[in-house]
Amino acid sequence: MSEPFARVTSRVISIPRANIDTDQICPARFLKITDKANLADALFFDWRFTPDGKRREPVSFIDEPVNAGRQILLAGDNFGAGSSREHAPWALRAWGIRAIVSTSFADIFSGNALKNALLPIVVSAERLAALQALVATAPDGEWIVDLEAQTVTLPSGESFAFAIDPFARTMILAGTDEIGYVRSKLPAIEAWEATHPARVDTREGAAAR
Amino acid sequence: MAEQPRTILEKIWDDHVVASDPGAPAILAIDLHLVHEVTSPQAFTGLRERGLKIRKPGQTVATADHSIPTLDPSLPIADELARKQLAQIEENCREFGIPFHGKGSPTRGIVHVIGPELGLTQPGMTIVCGDSHTATHGAFGALAFGIGTSEIEMVLATQTLLQRKPKTFRVEVTGRLQPGVGAKDIILALIARIGIGGGTGHVFEYTSSAIRALSMEERMTVCNMSIEGGARAGLIAPDETTFAYLKGRKFAPQGAAWDAAVARWRKLPTDAGATYDRTIVIDGDRLEPMVTYGTNPGMGVAVTGQIPALSDVEPGARDDLERALAYMGLEAGSSIAGRKLDVVFIGSCTNGRIEDMRAAASVLRGRHVADGLRVLVVPGSQQVKAQAESEGLDEVFRAAGAEWRESGCSMCIAMNGDQLEPGEYGISTSNRNFQGRQGKGGRTFLASPLTAAASAVTGVVTDPRTLVAAPQSSAVEAH
Repeated sequence: MSEPFARVTSRVISIPRANIDTDQICPARFLKITDKANLADALFFDWRFTPDGKRREPVSFIDEPVNAGRQILLAGDNFGAGSSREHAPWALRAWGIRAIVSTSFADIFSGNALKNALLPIVVSAERLAALQALVATAPDGEWIVDLEAQTVTLPSGESFAFAIDPFARTMILAGTDEIGYVRSKLPAIEAWEATHPARVDTREGAAAR
Repeated sequence: MAEQPRTILEKIWDDHVVASDPGAPAILAIDLHLVHEVTSPQAFTGLRERGLKIRKPGQTVATADHSIPTLDPSLPIADELARKQLAQIEENCREFGIPFHGKGSPTRGIVHVIGPELGLTQPGMTIVCGDSHTATHGAFGALAFGIGTSEIEMVLATQTLLQRKPKTFRVEVTGRLQPGVGAKDIILALIARIGIGGGTGHVFEYTSSAIRALSMEERMTVCNMSIEGGARAGLIAPDETTFAYLKGRKFAPQGAAWDAAVARWRKLPTDAGATYDRTIVIDGDRLEPMVTYGTNPGMGVAVTGQIPALSDVEPGARDDLERALAYMGLEAGSSIAGRKLDVVFIGSCTNGRIEDMRAAASVLRGRHVADGLRVLVVPGSQQVKAQAESEGLDEVFRAAGAEWRESGCSMCIAMNGDQLEPGEYGISTSNRNFQGRQGKGGRTFLASPLTAAASAVTGVVTDPRTLVAAPQSSAVEAH
């Protein structure tokens, strides 16, 4: 369960590249955990460290002291491509990211992000280019991402609206998750199941029923 | 009153919507939930914290595939984290009453290989798994897609998921594939055309003659990589090929239930006149064996072709290409064939089934792998392994100088110790060539089993048609 979340005010980290896949966000060898601990250290690990484990020179953006504590990411198209690992949004959240602005997000990543109160904010290609230029010229400007109002406000005071799944928005604003909602529908689920027998029984010996 | 013509996706969708509140996603019933060791532990923890049981253990099945070693199974697991993770899935399955095909079981294997071979995967079902390659099961005309760990917990707790209806995307593959060209080449060609985000928000339906001619194993290869084209699922309407594959399998319906099931399945194919949100046509007659050169699966070309020059791509994609080629150590505009290799990996949920083993063996029989090359052949399941051994394929691989392993995901995801070393070049029948995917600093060329096996013989990226046409006993020189 997460805390209710409505807005974040932060400076921005810009990664102007497209197709950032989940193997970059959280490499597979960090998936051997059985909990969610220490994932902040795994974030963009191979961009930060050489294969023999040395910190890269110059350091990756994520390790630049100026970027510490920033909570908004600005990224290229199709962010989160690849695997279904929820470790990717867990790692981003653990590091401190609360909102990602891009022209598109991979489907599974987007769903996983929303379930972790990490906001995938979709903008047009023109807007992305303008925002990237803005961060390049004013790297220390603070943006406000407001989930309640569904707006992003830039340092100039100018703001733009964004769309987000209304159901996910309600869940995040309330700090709740979906299991309680669906469990409240159990009578409907049971009624459906009564008229739709299970197609398969995975337990041994049940095949010849 | 005539019903509105529907696509197969819409039929399966309509058949599984339990309820939908205004503004909320639909509650979609899930017929089959596949579970593995990597993405599930935190979901079981969540269930315990909520004090919930699993609602439908008989619609859930688990195996161990990602972090399990492919070496001699009697050896202890060296990696402590992997050992703990594998012990955890076993304990979770015992505690929650989930059938578990674990270490030592003759039915263990990659989750997307064992579902179909056990007959658990059936047409018209909704199937989910905490793994993006769940799309594989769409080959049977099921709606099958990958989910995150929060969704795993949801399915364990309720046997449903909250979902918005995806859009439809028809992929027509016309004509007939030429010898040496296979299912892997179809899907790599599609992704090269539309890019790795091309199918976002959609479900692919693969249609037309070149798809109809594919075996179930080949259809699984195509559907498997739907996610690499950005589509969460891809499916193929069931037909006689599908029914023939399923008949008699352990968990497939039997007797009168079989006849009733087939009658139901025959109603699944898309109705005449149904419309799709998008359509693309691929000329199957003109496809060639495909190889990727870059760091995402959309960066692929025909094996006879060239790596694009910077001027060949849109200005916005140049940075991506330059970065990819810098990582791969390749030159823009150069030929892909002839690139030197260090490792060959044949296996994975994309190409680890029995027909893939046969295809690789058909090239390696009577030949030897190139000097200094490490060649790993990893069957997709213990049943594939046993079948291959009964056909003598393991001997073909060993005699050719390849390693023959226990089943698992292995070097596709490099979590179990099977991996590329930094800087090494591998040709791989798996599904992802992302930076570091097959080991830190490793460099991957994705290709079909035929292309990988041919490349194993020569030690360089090789068009399989140059070997397949040649007598198999003759010596073959690297070109």
